[in-house]
Amino acid sequence: MMSAAITTRPPTAPVPHAPAAGGTRRRSRLRTRLELALLLAPALVLFVGFVMIPIGVAAYYSLYSWSGFGPLTDFVGLDNYVDALSGDVFQSAVGHNMIIAVLSIVVQLPLSIGLAMLLNRKLRGRTFLRMVVFAPYVLSEAVTAVIWLLMLQPGGFVDEVLRAVGLGGLVQLWLADQSMVLYTLFLVITWKYIGFGVILLLAGLQGVPAELREAAALDGASPWQTTRHVVLPLLGPTIRVWIFLSVIGSLQLFDLVWIMTLGGPANASTTMAVYLTDHGFKRYEFGFGSAVAVILFIICFVFALFYQRFALRRDTEGAVTSGVR
Amino acid sequence: MVRRNNITGYLAAIAVIGVTVVPLLFVVLGGFRTTAQINASPAGLPGPFVFDNYVEVATSPQFWRLLGNSALIAVIATTLAVGLGSMAAFALSRYAFRGREGLYTLFTLGLLFPLGVAALPLYLWLRQLGMLENPLGVAIPEAAFSLPVTIVILRPFMHAIPGELEDAALLDGAAKLGFFWRILLPLSRPALITVSVLAFVTSWNFFLLPLLVFNDSTNFTLPLGVAMFQSEHTQDTAKVLAFTALSMIPALTFFVLAERRMVGGLTGSVKG
Repeated sequence: MMSAAITTRPPTAPVPHAPAAGGTRRRSRLRTRLELALLLAPALVLFVGFVMIPIGVAAYYSLYSWSGFGPLTDFVGLDNYVDALSGDVFQSAVGHNMIIAVLSIVVQLPLSIGLAMLLNRKLRGRTFLRMVVFAPYVLSEAVTAVIWLLMLQPGGFVDEVLRAVGLGGLVQLWLADQSMVLYTLFLVITWKYIGFGVILLLAGLQGVPAELREAAALDGASPWQTTRHVVLPLLGPTIRVWIFLSVIGSLQLFDLVWIMTLGGPANASTTMAVYLTDHGFKRYEFGFGSAVAVILFIICFVFALFYQRFALRRDTEGAVTSGVR
Repeated sequence: MVRRNNITGYLAAIAVIGVTVVPLLFVVLGGFRTTAQINASPAGLPGPFVFDNYVEVATSPQFWRLLGNSALIAVIATTLAVGLGSMAAFALSRYAFRGREGLYTLFTLGLLFPLGVAALPLYLWLRQLGMLENPLGVAIPEAAFSLPVTIVILRPFMHAIPGELEDAALLDGAAKLGFFWRILLPLSRPALITVSVLAFVTSWNFFLLPLLVFNDSTNFTLPLGVAMFQSEHTQDTAKVLAFTALSMIPALTFFVLAERRMVGGLTGSVKG
């Protein structure tokens, strides 16, 4: 449905003015301005008031040591930033976010591609299958967290099932073992979000013409070669969008961790957003918390800009930069 | 060859269904058991079925209040985001004026700045505005953060509607805003449904902002309620499962009803 955007006029092309009869021209221009103000002002006020201003406010608070009450008097410059960046817990939190991001790409991406290809075949009950795969994505993070918290209890559902099928040796203290907890969380994340990737890739696969595959097969390409050299390159744009969303999501990971482990045990699963909420909100270190928020924002922003610049540019050019009537 | 492929396909499909559905069944069926039964055999089936947990949750005012709060906030957030977003998308797609592309870029920047990152600063800002413990304190920021995706999806859609329709309407004496209201909006219905679903689901599931804004549990939304119920009833697993199962129903129902359109909308927004 956005394909129309790609074929539109480039932004440099002259924009035709609506024909206006001589005498009424000034009046109609005034009228157009009024209309524009009426149409744009509410959205702009909402956006600036609740998206832009909070960022500015946070940047300001981050320069103070402030418990959240009383006037801002204790100016500390960049100390909050230095403290955060040099702290062990924050550094390990950044590391945890990175591990989740890398694991997502290494594990979830191939899995999503495989599932999407599977679901793209003519299987009976394909529609049902698609709905099932997508269902966990619709559940809230809170519900997901509670479900898995209960299933992963020591001696709980997961342990019992593993023992019943003879894999008792795999039983772990899923959420209580410091070296295990992050990977357990990753499994839950995969369960919850895999459907989103599958749906995106399915959409991408539908854009791969069947003739191309048939032609490759006629030329003697094996199914694997066809996949590797015909289908995957054509899925490129979709894969790049998925990687973008997945990394941004990994960088902000919060709800599941907060409900399932609160970042524990012993900070072994703390993420940046958990660290930020814990300090800013639970311990009333609002200046410090704001500094962490700004750092998190900058990390996301820098990643997004670089990614847009180097990976997504070709893909989004049509949608974002094309001119409009 | 084809048949062998299909057999592996079906095997994989069964595995996928199992992994996805078993946790959901664990919750739904667990709600029909007693905590003692669950503790004795976590993976067992209900036998006999116990209805007390579900009855107790479904008749508690707490559950319905959470549901009502969530619905109110999601409806306000969706209405604001789609209403104001479609007006802005109309201006950005059907008018020529200086600064239009800059303005559009400003809105798209919002895509890079998700609500999760902004929650703490937003909390401080809302406190200053005196909007804590107020449903609007959650709904309005959610609407603001849904604006970028709304505009990014609606603008190309509105732009793709042929200019002849607009010319004809204007020739017939309609004002430009009349064209927007009577012709463009009805024609944009598929895209409007997509952005509404996205805004609604985002609001419905959102956890962090309501967690910060609401202290008084009578204001809690459903996700907060589920988490709270779990931590308050750690000894009563069966009841937690019943509560969780019932709280899944609205989202899953909504999903089944909107699935086609949601998937179609996502498809469209990525193909660009």
